[in-house]
This record gives sequence, C-alpha cells and structure tokens, in this order.
Amino acid sequence: MKGAEILIDALIKEGVDTIFGYPGGVLIPVFDVLFSTKEINFILPRHEQGAAHAADGYARATGKTGVCLVTSGPGATNAITGIATAKLDSTPMVIISGQVSTKLIGTDAFQEADMLGLTRSICKHNCMVTDVKDLPRTIKEAFHIANTGRPGPVSIDLPVDVSNADFPDYKYPETIELPGYKPVIKGNKKQIQKLADAINIAKRPLLYTGGGIISSSASDNLLQLVEKTNIPVATTLMGLGSIPYNHPYYLGMPGMHGFAAANYSFTECDLLIAVGCRFDDRITGPLNTFVTQAKVAHIDIDPAEIGKNIHTEIPVVGDAKLVLEKLVDIVKERKPNAWNERVTELKEKFKLTYNQDENEKILPQYIIDSINKFIPDDAIVVTDVGQHQMWSAQFINHKHPRSFLSSGGLGTMGFGLPAAMGAAVGQPNKMVVNICGDGGFQMNIQELATCAINNIPVKSIILNNTYLGMVRQWQDLFWEKKYSQTCLKQDPSCPPGCTGPNGSCNKQYWPNFVKVAEANGVKGFRIESPSEINNVLEEAFKVDGPVVVEVLVDKLVNVFPMVPSGKKINEIIFGDEK
Amino acid sequence: MKSKHTIILTVINTVGVLTRVTGLLAQRGYNIESTIAAPTENPNIYKIILVVEGSAQNIEQVTKQLNKLIDTLKVTDISHDNNFIVREYIILKVNVTKKTRSEVLELLEVFSARPLDVSQSHIIMELSGRAKKIDRLIELLKPYGINEYVRSGEFAMTEYDM
Repeated sequence: MKGAEILIDALIKEGVDTIFGYPGGVLIPVFDVLFSTKEINFILPRHEQGAAHAADGYARATGKTGVCLVTSGPGATNAITGIATAKLDSTPMVIISGQVSTKLIGTDAFQEADMLGLTRSICKHNCMVTDVKDLPRTIKEAFHIANTGRPGPVSIDLPVDVSNADFPDYKYPETIELPGYKPVIKGNKKQIQKLADAINIAKRPLLYTGGGIISSSASDNLLQLVEKTNIPVATTLMGLGSIPYNHPYYLGMPGMHGFAAANYSFTECDLLIAVGCRFDDRITGPLNTFVTQAKVAHIDIDPAEIGKNIHTEIPVVGDAKLVLEKLVDIVKERKPNAWNERVTELKEKFKLTYNQDENEKILPQYIIDSINKFIPDDAIVVTDVGQHQMWSAQFINHKHPRSFLSSGGLGTMGFGLPAAMGAAVGQPNKMVVNICGDGGFQMNIQELATCAINNIPVKSIILNNTYLGMVRQWQDLFWEKKYSQTCLKQDPSCPPGCTGPNGSCNKQYWPNFVKVAEANGVKGFRIESPSEINNVLEEAFKVDGPVVVEVLVDKLVNVFPMVPSGKKINEIIFGDEK
Repeated sequence: MKSKHTIILTVINTVGVLTRVTGLLAQRGYNIESTIAAPTENPNIYKIILVVEGSAQNIEQVTKQLNKLIDTLKVTDISHDNNFIVREYIILKVNVTKKTRSEVLELLEVFSARPLDVSQSHIIMELSGRAKKIDRLIELLKPYGINEYVRSGEFAMTEYDM
C-alpha cells in the first residue's frame, strides 16, 4: 500500500467521517485516494483557516476529533490560527499538512515552510513522518493524544515522498506505546476525600467550572453535586451550557464581562472549588486580589494548570467526570444556608436587563435575547469574538453542553462562520446559529460559498454596529474616545479627530452584507428596526439552508457589567444598565 | 526568591526534542543558563540537563510543563538534593609571558587543572569540577589575561537510582 492510501485507511479506522481541507501540490497523492473514498465526507472550505476552524467547530459540537488536511507552505501557515485557537480552548483536532519531499526539506523548496517549528508552541504535539513505516503508528498516536487527557490539536507533517512510498506489510496498529504520555485520569482518593471534608465544613462554598466539564461530559455529575450540596455555580465562557441557565443556583459567567452576582460571590466565598478551568486573567483580575477569603480547591486533568496562577490548597489531578462522580458519592448533603440566600439576593439584585424602546435603534442585547425565541432547545449557538460574543454569553439561554461554541482563549475573530459550518456538518439534525459582528464576519466571509454549495444551513446573524466594537468600547471608556481605526465607515476624507457617529456622518458602510450573501448563493435579510425582528427572524429560520441576517444595531452600546483591566473583580462598572 | 535550579530530563530521542524543551522554556519566559543534551546507555534515551533561574513556584511550573511534553519520560529538579554529583568542564586559554608562565602553571596544579598546550604566549588548560571551583579559577587567572574559554554547562547524576 502507498503512504497516501495508508493515511486514508488509518483515518477511516480511527472513525473519521469528515475531513475539512484544501488540496495542493504535495497533497495530490492523498487527494487521488480521496477521489474514490466513499467513507469520508470531504468538505472544501474556501480558505485553510476556514478548514481549521471548521474542524474545530466539528470537534466542539460532537466531542469527536476534528480532522483538517492542508497542503505545505501557505496552506499550512493559513491553518496556524485555527490550530492555536484549538490549543487555547483544548479542542481535539488532528491537522495533517503536506510537506515537500524529504530530499528537499531545508532547501527553501517551492511551498516549503517549517511546519514543525511553526506549530511547536501552539499544539499539544507535533511530528513529521519521514518513513512510511512510521505513518500508521503516527496516526494512531495522534488521535490518541488529541482526544485523551487534556484534549488538544496534534499536527502531523507529511512529506510527499512518504505519501508516494510503498509499504507492503502495512497493518494498522492495535496498541499504543507512549511511555512519556500517561495522563492521570482517576483522581487521588485521599485528595477527593480532603475536598469532600472541606466542602462539609465550608460556610460559603462556590463552584467555578469551565470547559473541562464539557470535554469530559461531566455536566450530569456537576448537576448531581449541586443537587446534593446546593453549592452555587459560576461557569466560564468555555463552560456555558454545562449547567442550565435557569438553575436556581447558577450565577452565570464570572470575570471581566461576567455577571456581578458571580464576581461578588468569588469575593465573598470561603471555599472555591474550581473544576476544569484555568484561572484566566479575564476572570481573576490581579492575582493577589483574587478570592482572598477563600481556600482554593482545583480539579483538573492537567497538573500544570493547578497552582499555575493561584495557590491551591486542595489539588486534585484527574478527569472532571471521574472525580465528580466520586465526590458526589462521598460528600455530605448540604442544606441551603445563609450563603445560598446571599447569592440568590445578589442574583436578583444584579439581574442583567436592557431597555428596548420600540421606536429607537435595536439594542444588541435585544436582538440576541430575541434569538432565544426562535431556536429549538437543542440548537447550537456559535459566536465570533468581540462585544456580540459577550452579549451572547450573557443573554443566550444556555441549556446543554456543546451548544455554545466560542473562541475563548485565543479570541480569534473570524472563528464564527467556519466553526458554525463545522458544527452543522457534525450535527446535521441541530440548528446552528452563528452570532457575529460586522468586523469578524468579514474575516472568513468566503465560507458563505462553502455553506451554499454544500447546503450547510448555518444561520448567521450579523450585529452590525459599523465598528470594531470591543476595541471601540475600550477607547470609549479608557482612551478619551479616540476611535483609532475602529470605525469601519472611516475613509480618507474623514476629519482626523472624529469621535464617532453624529448627525453629519453620511458615510457609506461596505460591504453590503445582504448582497454579499446573495452573491454567494445564500439568502440575505436585513433588520433595521425593532418591529421587524420577529417577522424577519421567523422567516429566516424557516429557510432550508444557510441564511445571513444583517441587523443594524445601535452603534455605541457598550458591554456591561465590566471590570476594567487591572481592577479587582468586584470593582465593577455597570454603565447605563444596572 | 530566585535561585538557580538544575533540572535533569530523561527524554525519548526523537527529532527536535531539544528544540521542544528549550522552545518551551523560551515560550514561557524562562532563561536557560546552560543546556547539555547527550545520549545515554540506552540509544533511544537522551538526557538533557538544564540550569534555569527562577523562583520555586516558577520552577515547579517549568517542570510540570516539561513533563507534559509527549517525549518526556522524567523530569527531576535536583537543586535541593544533596545526593547528586554535579560537574562542569572548561577549556581555557590564558595569556602568559616568560615571567608569569611558571606562576600560572603552579596555580593550575593547585586546581588539578591540566595544561593541554603550552606556548610562548599562552597556556591552554582543561578542568572539570563544580561550577564554583571553575568560577574561582577563572577569577584567579583574570589578571594574566584570559584569551578565551568555553564551558560545558553542568552535568549531573544522582547517587541513588532515579
């Protein structure tokens, strides 16, 4: 068998049903095999970055390992942002990049880029196959590494002569030998007991849970723990959906744009139980001011996350699901106490609201809240990055794990559309809604054609405020309203000191999203006033295929609550809203 | 408080493993004082010995991150372990004149350093020993004019079985 055939055979044996990729010179042998492979659904995004994000979205929506196949040089470098995005959010992905022939490596050959060097710091593991005999083992190991322990992307560089080389004795290996890779899955019993003891005596315990709950499918176990102990829960951006939004002890997302109740609870708790999360700076604020009153316990599958940012009294290394299972067994029941009353009071007092006047411009919060009415219970909401992402985190009714996909760690603009596409391919029976801003949508806008051609029914809702809103918000609040390069209507004739839209600004906005949609074979809609929302959304969501809905929203709305960078998490700015 | 730490890594001998290790340290903002990578009694296994400066917490984080590398078999910070042997090797060229030559040779003898090449204008010598001893010799030779030297960085081995 030839290397290229071995590769595809190995992928099929790993259960791969979908590949997102793009051909190129050194991959022709592989694509030649794909030509007659029926077991794999090949999706051809229009840019390799789209392919990488699509594989990522597929993985986030299904829990399976996403697969991305790109050519050498520019194909590989285009995929880099997607790989880094997956790394920061711990998504299981295998990226196979073509490479120039082993004889040409190091000669600056045509379309040669040092993919091993480029991806080293942005993936869980990478390697180059230089001998076809190593190919089967490498693929087997890559899938194992990507989707065990703390998941992450694994990048494989495949020189063209290896694809063409013959390996007559090919057999796909059944076992894996990786003496240097043995993730600790089962938590240490004594440590779990210590944690249970700490919960039993805590007066003000608080759960702080992240994406680890979702990747280890531990939502049910988390809910059981909460049912038994009545401990309030705050969930990070990556963990949204792991506990239903309407659970009485769910406090929402903590952090820079988190719910005030969650932030205040962090400040007041006496035991913080972190599960599958990593004390990101967007959550903690200055580390020496974070949870100063609390003992910290941390359950994580990655020992390097424990104690990385915050001193941890009770570390538990292990898989969230297995550890929580055990913890639920041994922890004592806990009755709601004054602390539960306190967090409920905080929750009531700091409810997120907005005030939509039917005759005014559309508030971004209002359109996002409206989406809730039109999507089925099991819909998947994907976001891009920026203000709309935070509003989506705040106002979408998160009901299930793997139903809110967002680039949290890397904050990659342009993630939304291709990731939604991947999610829709992976979950063909679920509605997939892509909420994004007008800036980010343009970063991978080419994937509209991919959606149209393959009839991938992503519903894109663009909140168009004509600005790069999140940066504009910081300029607004902390940089004297100097909107440097954040107005997307700005042209060379604009006055240099312009501080934002006013009556006299009659500049044209480009592109016309509805026309772009139509030009790509996607049905386009535009909503300009609150009264149109219901009718248009209803019609758009009925379309059997991809749609783009451009919503002209109030241009200068900022995301609140907000904890300014460098401030303690209880130093919250509430803005106009409460 | 920052201090120097000697870390012994046992790794699988794969392409680029040294780059992975040093790259990881650079990526996380740690400065490497010295690195040695060399094969061991098992040709598939390499030992990498790193000297890194950092606080105890920094070093703990470094060792955890190094442990996560797929090719890493073992990471040991031996800095607070008395049961280990550390050596460093130096080749040094010092300037001499007719007048100072015997003085320098005498000094080398005290340190058990071995002259490798003695000429009209210089002496090249070698020495292995603890880093502190090497530092001291360098200090004492400075007044004669050190032409150049090259140090190996630290080698280490624990007395017990790792």
